[in-house]
Amino acid sequence: MKRLVATSGFAAIMAVVASLTATGFAHAADEHAPQHIERLDWASAGIVGQYDRAQLQRGFQVFQQVCTACHGLKYVRFRNLSEPGGPQFPVEAVKALAASWPYQITDGPNEEGKMIERLPDLADPIVGPYKNDKEACSVQGGALPPDLSLIVRARTVENHAPWYTHWFWMLADIVTGYQEAGADFVYAVLTGYQEAPAGVDMAEGMYYNAAFPGHQIAMVPPLSKDVFIEYQEDAGATGSLDQNAKDVTAFLAWAADPNLNTRKRLGWQVLLYLVITTLLLYGVKKRIWARTKH
Amino acid sequence: MAAHESTYEAKSRFGKWMDERLPIGRLVHDQFVDFPTPRNLNYLWTFGGILSFILVAQIMTGIVLAMHYQPSAAEAFNSIQRVERDVNYGWLLRPLHAVGGSMFFLAAYIHIFRGLYYGSYKAPREILWIIGVLIFVAMIATAFLGYSLPWGQMSFWAVTVITNLFSSFDELVSGLGTSIVHWLWGGYSVTGVTLTRFFSLHYLLPFVIAGLVGMHIWALHVVGQNSPTGLDIKTKSDAVAFYPFATSKDAVGMFAFLIVFLWFVFFLPDYLGHADNYIPADPLVTPTHIVPEWYFLPFYAILRAIPSKLLGVIAIFGSLGVLLILPWLDTSLVRSAKYRPIYKWFFWLFVFACLALGYLGSKPAEGAYIFWARVFTIYYFAHFLIVLPVLGLIERPKKLPGSITEDVLGSEGSAGAAAAGKKG
Repeated sequence: MKRLVATSGFAAIMAVVASLTATGFAHAADEHAPQHIERLDWASAGIVGQYDRAQLQRGFQVFQQVCTACHGLKYVRFRNLSEPGGPQFPVEAVKALAASWPYQITDGPNEEGKMIERLPDLADPIVGPYKNDKEACSVQGGALPPDLSLIVRARTVENHAPWYTHWFWMLADIVTGYQEAGADFVYAVLTGYQEAPAGVDMAEGMYYNAAFPGHQIAMVPPLSKDVFIEYQEDAGATGSLDQNAKDVTAFLAWAADPNLNTRKRLGWQVLLYLVITTLLLYGVKKRIWARTKH
Repeated sequence: MAAHESTYEAKSRFGKWMDERLPIGRLVHDQFVDFPTPRNLNYLWTFGGILSFILVAQIMTGIVLAMHYQPSAAEAFNSIQRVERDVNYGWLLRPLHAVGGSMFFLAAYIHIFRGLYYGSYKAPREILWIIGVLIFVAMIATAFLGYSLPWGQMSFWAVTVITNLFSSFDELVSGLGTSIVHWLWGGYSVTGVTLTRFFSLHYLLPFVIAGLVGMHIWALHVVGQNSPTGLDIKTKSDAVAFYPFATSKDAVGMFAFLIVFLWFVFFLPDYLGHADNYIPADPLVTPTHIVPEWYFLPFYAILRAIPSKLLGVIAIFGSLGVLLILPWLDTSLVRSAKYRPIYKWFFWLFVFACLALGYLGSKPAEGAYIFWARVFTIYYFAHFLIVLPVLGLIERPKKLPGSITEDVLGSEGSAGAAAAGKKG
């Protein structure tokens, strides 16, 4: 009981300090407030989420028809596209895809000591159009289109809640297993292109993007309300800017974290084991300690 | 009381033969089976065992990861992706190790604050406490070195910022700081050479920690465990045997902790890290916010709270150094905060200051954040240098129970137990 009193007294002090300092912090936080990024309802989100295979397939279609113009996916190999937990295309289809890939693999040296260009096969990475970053920059007017293998894990949305609720949102994310900030951000950028508001000075070759930090992005709008990828009838969704952006983001999330399905499934088995064992051990402990007063 | 008589009896002929040559069986029996443990320990006392487990787990996952990791600027980042994508169960092994680092600190902080609350650093446990602080320092170094290994943006810039701190020693002796920095880097900037040596040291330090842990446990078994009352074991009835009493409780604590640990590993493997570290290191692009891992944030806030770089570095070392002399700063003769009505409040204020510094360390160093970082930095040091020395002199502690047994059973039960003890 005494501990409870102490804790509530402590909470009271915190509340007073909070009210005294809230204004100061709110001011400091405002200067850094980025565009608000919506949290989307991802199939793979949370502690039970799994990738939606049909969505990954649609996402790959968008990636192939739009993103590959500038970006590669070097940590993902063609064979991964046919593996469980991903888009899981038939192996034959992936073989054909690799054999018709627009970009070649530099291999060698061959027996004559020369480097050769060849078509990729299943074991090769999904390469983009550029041989290296320098070539990419020179073609793209100085801007580097990054490899997209890890883009979803390499981006995030900061928790900007004031300090007295910060910890609560942190705990809420931990308990719900929220780890989709990167996907939320990528989707927000893909759908964030707008006319620059009056008075905003745009640098040459830059586009206004509401979600991008600083709002100026060198990437040409990859999708728009009028120009988007149409899906086949049995794809499970109809093409639109919004749907394309969601699907390609889901695909890139898989590319960055291809073991998510296995990981979460095994996670539940392990946690179930741990919870049961903890309860059993607690019972054992109770019985042992029953021999003595404590 | 910890120095108890050995009750070991070798049962087999081999056991007797061995006992006369290298009495390992006797050591294990006396220290981990029959060892007297206060009967009133709460679950906060299970964290020593949890920490030992995590150390072993970190070394084991680390050894396997090192089989696949390549400590070069060109291949480090790629090799980690290979671990995640191509190595069997590599996707599990890597977060076990990375999250394991965070869990090591989480458990260590609980362990340290438990020591602060119950006065576990006071005589005769000064050496035990000091070895503990040294373990903490070695953990900080190991974690920092380990965080550099993925060679992402945050790895690279953390190494750059932290190693550069030593350049402030130039203000003390001209050229000293720069020399230290170049010596740490193995060149004139942070490069793959730096990464390779950091990998070597990251592999070395855990074994230093293991050695220190051995000494920590040794010192613990010389003086015996502290208890929630802050009283030592005085009679047999104050104690229960380590096995099965303490071990059964430790097992519950450890498995409960594993639930938290593996929750992060399986559902939130990236939560405790930084997204920026999935961008390969680039010496030409500085991340907008360079932030250390969560467990370093309070120290980072202290560093940035102080306008002078040199004084900031001194403050960081001081914040750890003050822990070393803590046993002589606290003048109170009563150990446990349970019987120290004023200290209890200051303890929670100190906890709040540490959490606040952690929050402030994650924010940009400007405006109100800097102001409050200074306030809490001052309190951090004042807690040890002013509050604890003065409090011991003016505080009137509550009446302590006569013994652990009396605390558990009440004075009558205690008398009965003592009488029974005499008869026995």
